[in-house]
Amino acid sequence: MKNNDLFKYTLQLADDVMILGHRLSEWTGHGPVLEQDIALSNIALDLIGEARNLYQYAAKQEGNGKTEDDYPYKRDVLQWTNALIVEQKNGDFAQTIVRQFLFDCYHYYHLEALSKSTDEQMAFIGAKSVKEARYHLQYSAEWMVRLGDGTEESHARMQQAIEDKMHYFEELFIPTAAESRLVESGVAVDLAPIRVKAYAKLNEVIKESTLKLPEDIYTQQGGRNGVHTEHFGYILAELQYMQKSYPNMQW
Amino acid sequence: MELSLEQKFQEKIDRDERIEPRDWMPDSYRKTLVRQISQHAHSELVGMLPEGNWISRAPSLRRKLGLMAKVQDEAGHGLYLYSAAETLGVERDTMFDQLHSGKAKYSSIFNYPTLTWADIGAIGWLVDGAAIMNQVPLCRCSYGPYARAMVRVCKEESFHQRQGFEIMLTLCQGTPEQKAMAQDALNRWWWPSLMMFGPNDAESPNTKQSMAWNIKRFSNDELRQRFVDMTVPQAELLGIKIPDPDLKLNEETGNYHFGAINWDEFWQVVKGHGPCNKDRLAARVKAHEEGAWVREAAMAYAEKQENRLNKAKTA
Repeated sequence: MKNNDLFKYTLQLADDVMILGHRLSEWTGHGPVLEQDIALSNIALDLIGEARNLYQYAAKQEGNGKTEDDYPYKRDVLQWTNALIVEQKNGDFAQTIVRQFLFDCYHYYHLEALSKSTDEQMAFIGAKSVKEARYHLQYSAEWMVRLGDGTEESHARMQQAIEDKMHYFEELFIPTAAESRLVESGVAVDLAPIRVKAYAKLNEVIKESTLKLPEDIYTQQGGRNGVHTEHFGYILAELQYMQKSYPNMQW
Repeated sequence: MELSLEQKFQEKIDRDERIEPRDWMPDSYRKTLVRQISQHAHSELVGMLPEGNWISRAPSLRRKLGLMAKVQDEAGHGLYLYSAAETLGVERDTMFDQLHSGKAKYSSIFNYPTLTWADIGAIGWLVDGAAIMNQVPLCRCSYGPYARAMVRVCKEESFHQRQGFEIMLTLCQGTPEQKAMAQDALNRWWWPSLMMFGPNDAESPNTKQSMAWNIKRFSNDELRQRFVDMTVPQAELLGIKIPDPDLKLNEETGNYHFGAINWDEFWQVVKGHGPCNKDRLAARVKAHEEGAWVREAAMAYAEKQENRLNKAKTA
């Protein structure tokens, strides 16, 4: 018997990393430095790898012959429950790094806690991915500092990126109803302490980068309920192109 | 009698020993290698584009990860090769400038478009297959850093080739629509793949010298023939037809005779008139130019850090 809350939670975690990985992979071949092209591709591979583990778990929970590909390739906009931050456009390298760093602040501490989930499979996925996420956070934090404290131009671009992206940070720490119910049984991660850790890291790195958080931060949210930004349909148009053009074939 | 530097160099080559960066070498040897290695590095870099074009549209999670990893490997190959070229005294930025200005060439095969998913299979199968034919002998190239880079490159390329063949096999075992897609990709990629080995031996004036220097071990035509002989049975296994009415097994030699290559097309693409030359170069130039501020910032930050360290030391 499927636990609906767990199923929703699994998809929500999967959707975050699926979409961010997809976005990052748009950099492959177009990076500002060859080494960073490789690094961004690496992170993208890790994130989609994590998504794949979670989608496989979702398929197992459904147990009706669905596969890992059914979720990313056959659901429409309203069924996706990723946070809005991951679907934002790559923009310039500063926008990509800030988006990545904000997500990593959440993702790393979240996985660390997830690895202690009372759900065995969740704990396994958390433990596996946290090693990668530790490196992601280190990578994006280093670039926050390097670009924030680099040249006048890089500083200005980073400050702009912070202004543009901060509004999407808080959504990562707002639990859904299903999530809250799962916290009680120790399956889902309680986001309150994760939020404290994430903000501590954020403040530390912002300071070292010589950047400033915007004074007026409002929170954009909706992704967890399927209410996305306008970018999202275009992501799906590409992601699902083959499934839409040639339904039900093996590739 | 005292041997000249050049004679000693050639003797070393003739004993099949490796030349290392600090060894004396003739200018022409150095120039030839810089041209060849940088061209090779550029091909890896530009080669990321036609396949990268399908990362966002790959048909399954498994295929998406496979393609991403493959394109990332190509960036890695570019990195090894630029590093190998740098040991000959040429900076990466200089090589980039030569690529961006059109002075340096890259493999013409990447000036053809990837139109369907089957093209990703065909590139892995044919283009990486042809690249392996060219590259395996380079693992024994006389220049040490190049030879060692090629050992790593070849291991990964053979994995890519199998991955490409497996994509083709899946299509050929799929629906009639999928099989037609595979056939169409073979039709479009076959001849450009044969062109990857370069002009016929009679039209390839540098081959003789490169072979005397043990940079090249086999001629263009020899390698092309090997590729055809290897690939024809694979196409038969897939059940798709090589688009060459003149293709025929020569029972005596065991080689496949193949039809005339359209060298006019080859030279047109080399000259910059292929279907994607302009787009490929523009994409590289754009990435480089838009990345300038990132590279400058990284340099500026490194400098600041060094100053801070020095200050801390003297304080």
